[in-house]
Amino acid sequence: MKIHDIKREFPIFDDKIQNNDLVYLDSANSSQKPRVVVDRIYDFYSKEFSNVGRSVHYLAVAATNLYEQTRVSVQKYINAKDKDEIVFTKGATEAINLVANTFGQKYLSEGDEVLLTELEHHSNYVPWHFLRKAKNIKIEFAEINDDGEVTLEAIEKKITNKTKIISVSHLSNVTGAILPIKEIVQLAHSKNIPVLIDGCQGAPHLKLDMQEIDCDFYAISGHKMYGPTGIGVLYAKKKWLEDLPPYQGGGGMINEVKKEGITYGELPNKYEAGTMATAQVIAFNESIKFMEKIGIQNIEKHEKELLDYGLEKLRKNNSVNIIGNPKEKGGVISFTIEGVHPHDIATILDEDGVAIRAGHHCCQILHDKLNLPATARASFGVYNTKDDIDKLDEAINKCKKIFNL
Amino acid sequence: MDLKDLYQEIILDHGKNPRNLGKFDNYNKDAKGNNPLCGDNVHVYLRLNENKKVEDIAFEGHGCAISMASASIMTDMVRGKEEKEVKEIVSDFLGMIKEKDSLETNILKDDEKTKLMSLSGVKQYPMRVKCATLSWHTLTSALDNSDQIVKTEE
Repeated sequence: MKIHDIKREFPIFDDKIQNNDLVYLDSANSSQKPRVVVDRIYDFYSKEFSNVGRSVHYLAVAATNLYEQTRVSVQKYINAKDKDEIVFTKGATEAINLVANTFGQKYLSEGDEVLLTELEHHSNYVPWHFLRKAKNIKIEFAEINDDGEVTLEAIEKKITNKTKIISVSHLSNVTGAILPIKEIVQLAHSKNIPVLIDGCQGAPHLKLDMQEIDCDFYAISGHKMYGPTGIGVLYAKKKWLEDLPPYQGGGGMINEVKKEGITYGELPNKYEAGTMATAQVIAFNESIKFMEKIGIQNIEKHEKELLDYGLEKLRKNNSVNIIGNPKEKGGVISFTIEGVHPHDIATILDEDGVAIRAGHHCCQILHDKLNLPATARASFGVYNTKDDIDKLDEAINKCKKIFNL
Repeated sequence: MDLKDLYQEIILDHGKNPRNLGKFDNYNKDAKGNNPLCGDNVHVYLRLNENKKVEDIAFEGHGCAISMASASIMTDMVRGKEEKEVKEIVSDFLGMIKEKDSLETNILKDDEKTKLMSLSGVKQYPMRVKCATLSWHTLTSALDNSDQIVKTEE
């Protein structure tokens, strides 16, 4: 598949939106869906639907097989050692909650420390805050530097003999900084501290190899990876999934249920209580295949080109101020325009079909640190082109004109 | 939708140079409001005299052009009015922003109504309505001596 033909694979770009060609620059929020994913949901519901893992009739068996095929696809895609290390969740948020809850229950007590960074979005802070309330633990934040990155040294500085787990982003959704996760894991493991990587922004854009990264947990959001909403993945090393208590209770996760006691199911069922987002999991397999067909190296290369082009273009645009300047950066450009509030920017850009996000991007701690209540953000996906960036630049100029800048 | 309806000259002017921005010493009522989704926030200060008249009013805060202009125009409009009148203006304004086509109150003069109607453009932008209403809800909260911080997200 040629990278320039990719836009055509996404039905959303077929029609005009509000009389404009859609320039979608909000993929860090959620990506658009290729036709194969949309069709798969329709086909599954129309021709193949059944619940999985319970009944023995034909449709149930076929659906169960499809559901498990996604697990194997994900395992291969992220190079996990075992398919049982792949747990389906409703999203990355639930994946992080699962770890915070079960690890917290078993291993955290008063005075223990959880180490995060100032870059984290709320999904990788609030679940740990629950533990702070419930168990009186402490949360430490590794600081960002002036370029908007978190270095290995910044992490090391905050590790103490009370640090029980480190949970950090792979790629910041605001500054675009790519964290040195492999080095962070090595450092943490040398001190016997497990590491969770929040891969919301990493998984859609970067090559993943769980055995190489060697992290203990990795959280993935399906809808940011060209997949359906309502589906995410928790990768966890088998030793953790065997060791930690179950998260939610219900059907599907049990072995034997008696009045006097319950035993839990084998992996990965232990963590998949109730009827899961079956159609979404099955359609997520198409997202993985779609990304594999393009090739993650090609995706990375394409998005890097867009980023370099976008940075060059916006840097030349007077009164645009780009937030952060990390050396290793993903396809995210957060910016402000002197004299125009980000929400006004977003509304004005939208008039020309340029969809960006404005606000704190679920990163209030980071925005407090930057002393900015809000920023505007353009984020890229595989379907974006240099033409999209030209349109962004033109729309920014229109915005400046309206505000007499 | 037309951007010109939203970003009228008067909005841009009040957004850029908000009137009554700051805090004054002898206020006797105040309230805070914030818009957690946007990060906008406002703090309204006012002085109600013994006749329940708004002797002075000002605000602090930051936000988009719409929210700053709305707070600026609001503070201009309610200074010198009685509490009862202020409440009628607030309710008329909120009604206009939500559903009605025009302002109905007799308290405001025609040119004042025209000024307020410049904010009616936000009706076409549902996500931006809360930008225009935040300071007005906060004013009500200040008059009612509410300790609750006004939030636009319920």
